[in-house]
Amino acid sequence: MRQGSNSVQISAVGGQLPADAQAAFSMRGSLLRKNLLTVLLLAPATLWLVVFLVLPFVAIVIFSVGERAPEGGYQAALTLAQYANLPARATAFWNTMVLAPVGALACLLVAYPVAYYLALRAPQRWRLILLALIVIPFWTSLLMRTYAWMYILGGRGVPALLAYVGIEDLRLINTPGAVLLGIVYGYLPLMILPIYVSLERLDRRLLEASADLGATPLSTFLGVTLRLSLPGVTTGFSLVMILLLGEYLIPTLLGGGKVFFIGNALVDLFLQSRNWPFGSAIAITLVLVSVVVLIVANRISTRLSGARRVDLI
Amino acid sequence: MRAFVVAVFGFLYLPIALVVLFSFNAGQHASEFTGFSVQWYGKALSNPFLVEALKNSLFIATTSALLAAVCGTGAALGLQRVGARTRALFDALLGAAIVVPGVVIGISTLVALVQLFAVLNPFLASLWPTDQPPRLALGYGSIIAAHGLFSMALVTMIVGTRLGSLDRNLVEASSDLYATPLTTFRSIVLPQIMPAVIAGFLLAFTFSFDDFIIAFFVAGAQTTLPIYVFASIRRGVTPEINAIATIVLAASVLLVLLAQWLLGRRKPSP
Repeated sequence: MRQGSNSVQISAVGGQLPADAQAAFSMRGSLLRKNLLTVLLLAPATLWLVVFLVLPFVAIVIFSVGERAPEGGYQAALTLAQYANLPARATAFWNTMVLAPVGALACLLVAYPVAYYLALRAPQRWRLILLALIVIPFWTSLLMRTYAWMYILGGRGVPALLAYVGIEDLRLINTPGAVLLGIVYGYLPLMILPIYVSLERLDRRLLEASADLGATPLSTFLGVTLRLSLPGVTTGFSLVMILLLGEYLIPTLLGGGKVFFIGNALVDLFLQSRNWPFGSAIAITLVLVSVVVLIVANRISTRLSGARRVDLI
Repeated sequence: MRAFVVAVFGFLYLPIALVVLFSFNAGQHASEFTGFSVQWYGKALSNPFLVEALKNSLFIATTSALLAAVCGTGAALGLQRVGARTRALFDALLGAAIVVPGVVIGISTLVALVQLFAVLNPFLASLWPTDQPPRLALGYGSIIAAHGLFSMALVTMIVGTRLGSLDRNLVEASSDLYATPLTTFRSIVLPQIMPAVIAGFLLAFTFSFDDFIIAFFVAGAQTTLPIYVFASIRRGVTPEINAIATIVLAASVLLVLLAQWLLGRRKPSP
């Protein structure tokens, strides 16, 4: 889940050193030496990205048009049979495609008031502390945090407590509800942070202006605050949704094999039944869906910021 | 709204608090706290498999975070010296390394490495002078490399952000005073980006130490702490796991706080 975290930072990166600083970096070096240094600085990272990101991706693309060898693994071929076979895992796709957006939406509903409070209402001296309290769970082990809920919802946790007060045989763990709870719990920080960032940047004078012009608090919220925070909402929603598409731990530990995600199908196909070509086809489909989510989110963000410009004039 | 926010913070921290509390439970069950005891810590730390997994995780996290800190910082510096198009391509790849779900990173690395080893091993064997050529296989190396991918992208972004806000006057002043580029780098640039480099290292370490899903695919015969814990959880929940979870959570919290402090600290005034 960590992966998404830094997308907040992605947007922050982009500043380039001023030209004079660049010059100072490599002053008096011949053009050749300057280029050599650049190449040396970038070479390890480039090598890493090519060998462990680009090549592996090419590999699964090739595998996805191959065939399963009789003993498991891969056999060279050029066929779309693996893709035609995707409906065989329809349940996993269905569960993922339903629970990922629903989970992201549930996250959003919980996250927005928190982000709003942190950005606009929290006392200044508390803000950084509260923000740190949001970031910390994000960087602590998802496995351990999901385990905590397994512990709480399991037979000896909440159900045992409920049995004291007479509610017997309530099943909490291994249900879609438990998976949804785990999703909200696991991805809440990732949703809060981008919304917080967009609310924090919001020009407070716009809120005053809206109130001065006679808008009710509700219409100020809907017309100004919510409107201007929508890019953050879009970023958070798409990030959470993409990471949920590949989620494995939460459905496994809290869904107990009953709520099967694409991630579970991939683990099964790669580590148990060793049908690598079919697994690769599923992985490629997963990546394609993620790309579509990103493109749609990007479109929405662009349109929103376009609209914002018009609104401000 | 205040009440709601308080409730959300409770929701975020209560489950963790319960795990920590029950790691000190003398009894077995989550439903009753029967007394204070550290017996589960003793049990956990005298379990040789667990200690082995912990050592593996520490080794992998340290190595991959170190590699990531060095290569990522190099890349961030190098990216300041290239054209916009190369930069955009690099940024896109780094973004992909961060955003692509771990499960996809895991399986694609697995597939690529297995194929690569299938080609390289016979080749190595034909070159090797003795009868026992080294055999490349999944293990420490593949976990370190796969974790390093995410971590390196992370360090590049964090250090890149810091470089973007570097005080240009200092660099200018330094070169005006006839400092060599190397001296300027050592005495001006490096001290300013060092907190970001260290924070990147700490976050990279935390990521690698906590990651389950990538390691699950590329670990081969090796075990890391999350893999071991996952396997024990599937066999059944025990207070011993609470003790391990508490140790891991405490370690991550410390590292993240340290990283945040480093990133949030004001630039040292010259």
